[in-house]
Amino acid sequence: MRWRRDRRVPERSTLGVRDLAAEATAGILQRPARSLLTTLGTVLGVGAFVAVLGLTSTAAGQISSHFDALKQTTVTVTDVGDGRERDKDAPAPVAFPGDADQRVTALNGAVGAGVFWPVSLSKPVIGASVAVTARSSGNAGDLPVYAASAGLFGAIEPTVRVGRVFDRFHDRRGERVAVLGAAAAARLGISQLHAQPAVFINGAAFTVVGIIDDAERLPELLLGIIVPRGTAERMYRPPDPTISPAQMVIRTRLGAAQLIARQAALALRPDRPDLLQATPPADPHQLSDSVSGELTGLFLTLAAICLVIGAVGITNTTLVAVLERVGEIGLRRSLGARPRHIAAQFLTESTVLGTVGGLTGTALGVGVVLTVALVRDWTAVLDPATVLPAPLIGSVVGMLAGLYPALRAATTEPLEALRR
Amino acid sequence: MSAEDLVPPVIELAAVHRTYPGPPEVTALHPTNLTVRRGDYLVVVGPSGSGKSTLLNLLGLLDRPTGGSYRLDGVDVSGLPERDRTALRGGRIGFVFQAFHLLPHRTALENVMLAQIYNGTPRSARRAAARAALSQVGLDHRTHALPTTLSGGERQRVAVARALVTAPALLLCDEPTGNLDSTTARRLLELFDSLHAAGLTIVMITHSAEVARRAQRIVTISDGMLREGGRAEPAPAGAPT
Repeated sequence: MRWRRDRRVPERSTLGVRDLAAEATAGILQRPARSLLTTLGTVLGVGAFVAVLGLTSTAAGQISSHFDALKQTTVTVTDVGDGRERDKDAPAPVAFPGDADQRVTALNGAVGAGVFWPVSLSKPVIGASVAVTARSSGNAGDLPVYAASAGLFGAIEPTVRVGRVFDRFHDRRGERVAVLGAAAAARLGISQLHAQPAVFINGAAFTVVGIIDDAERLPELLLGIIVPRGTAERMYRPPDPTISPAQMVIRTRLGAAQLIARQAALALRPDRPDLLQATPPADPHQLSDSVSGELTGLFLTLAAICLVIGAVGITNTTLVAVLERVGEIGLRRSLGARPRHIAAQFLTESTVLGTVGGLTGTALGVGVVLTVALVRDWTAVLDPATVLPAPLIGSVVGMLAGLYPALRAATTEPLEALRR
Repeated sequence: MSAEDLVPPVIELAAVHRTYPGPPEVTALHPTNLTVRRGDYLVVVGPSGSGKSTLLNLLGLLDRPTGGSYRLDGVDVSGLPERDRTALRGGRIGFVFQAFHLLPHRTALENVMLAQIYNGTPRSARRAAARAALSQVGLDHRTHALPTTLSGGERQRVAVARALVTAPALLLCDEPTGNLDSTTARRLLELFDSLHAAGLTIVMITHSAEVARRAQRIVTISDGMLREGGRAEPAPAGAPT
C-alpha cells in the first residue's frame, strides 16, 4: 500500500447547515434527561403564557355571552323629573306618556317595552280578605305594590304560573285587576285562581288574574302586587322622581341596546327628552377587556418570570455542558473547526432546546385551556395570533440564553481544551 | 545534492522559538531548526517539561511561535490568519492523542466521520472513506461499536482512523501508547510502522524507548533545546510503553 495524500485542501474550513443541525441534535440527544430538564423552564414559561392568554380570553368570552343573554338586550329609562321643587302632596305627573309602550316598540330594534313604578301608599293594609285590618295578622302591608303598563310583561317575559297577565284593555279602562309575584302570592295564601280571589289594598278589591313565577329582567316584581298603570294613576298619587321614580324596561334585539338607549328619550318625550334618562347596558367588550386586562397583566408578568427562569436554566446547563465538553471542543478545533463553528453548534443546541420547550409549552398551555373549558362547560377561545407565535418565544429565549455559553465555547483555546 | 534532498519537506522550522510571557517569562522552546521530509518517521523524546508538547502544538498549528519561520507542506504558516491555519489543521494534519478524545455517545464510524465535517468532504463520500480508514487500522468489524465497548487499543485505533480519514500530509502523535498495555502498544506501533512504510509522514512524541527504537529518526529535546539523535529515557517500572 502506498500512502496517497489528497492535495485538495480546502481554502477554509466549513460547516454546512445539515452538518450543524446533525451535530446539534446529536449533542442534545447524547444527554436526553438533562436536555429534558433544561427545556422545563421554557415549557413552564411558554405554557403559562399560552394558558394565561387562553384562559383570560375564554373567561372574557363567558362574560360576554352572559351579558349577551340578558343585560345586552335590556335598556332602562328612568323618569328623572325636571328638578323643580313641588308640593309634597302634588308631585309632577309621570313623564312617560300614556302610549309610551307603543312609542318605544315602534323603534327599530325594540322588541317590548313597559313602564312601572312602585305605588306609594300611606299606611297600607293589604290582605286576601276584606276583613283584614291594619292590626290583624293577615295584613301584608309590607308587600310592595307596582303600577305597570301592559307592555311591561312583554318586555320582561315573565313565566306565568297560573292565569294570565293584564293587557292594554285593563290598563286603559283602569280595571281593578292584579298580577301577583310568586312570593307575594305565597305570602297572601293564593295559589289557585278558580275561586276568583281578590287582593284588598287599603280596602279596594283587585281581582287576581295571574301569578308570575320568573322575571329575570325585573326579579323584584316577584315580591309584589302588580296593578295596571291606568288604575294606579286613577287611584293613587304619581311617584316621586327623587325617591321611587317611574322606569321603563325595554327589551331590545341583540346589538340594538346602545342605539335604543340613544333614541328612547326623544321618542318618548320629543318635547322634553331631558325628563328621561336612558341607561344602556355595560359594553361587554369594555367590561371583559377591563376584567381580562388586569388578569392578563398579572399572569403575563408571572409567565415572563417563568421565561426568565427558563432562560437562566438553559444558560446554566449549556454553560455546564460547555465546561463538560471542553475536550470535545478541543478535538473539534484540532479537526479544523473554527471558533464560529463551535459557537454555532452550542447556539443551535440551546435554540433547539428553547424551540422544543416552546412547542411543548404551547401544547401544554392549549391543553390547560381546553381542560378548564371542558370542566367549567365553557367555550375555549384561543387567539391564533397568541398561540402560533408562542413556540418562537421559546426559540428566542433559547437563543439568547445560549449566547454567553456559545461565546465561552468559541473562545476556548484548543490547546487548553485538549490538555483537560 | 543527495537523493534525500530531492524529497520535499513537510515541516521546515527555521529559528522557531516559543516564549510564554510571565512573570516569570519562560522560554519553552529555544530557536530551533528542524526539517521533516515526506515519509519521515520522527520521534521526539525528552523528559517531562522539556518542551515536547510545546513543539507538537507549534507543529500542529495549535499554538503560534513567538518568532521564527514555519513552513508546513510548502506553505509558510507563520503569518497566516487563524482562519487559514484552522483550514490547514483540518486538511493537512492528523492528530492522535494519548487520551484518545473519542466522543463517547457516537459509534466508531461516527467518530471517524467527525473529522470530515469541517474539511469540506461531501456527505455522500464520508461513510465509505470512514469505513476504509477503519479497515486500514483493522477495525472494520467494530464500525458500530461505541467507544465504551472498545478496548484501549481499539479506541486508539479508532483515533488513528479518524486522523487518517482526511488523508493528511502529517500525522502528529502525542504519546499514543501512553494509555495502553505493552501488547496493545506493540500492535499499535506495528500499525504506525505499516503506515510509515506506506509513505505517511509521522511525528511522534514519546517517553518510550521501544517506540523510539522503531522510529527512522530520533530528535531529543531537553530544556527547550532540540538536537538530532539521542535515545529515549527508559520507561518507569510498570508504566505502559
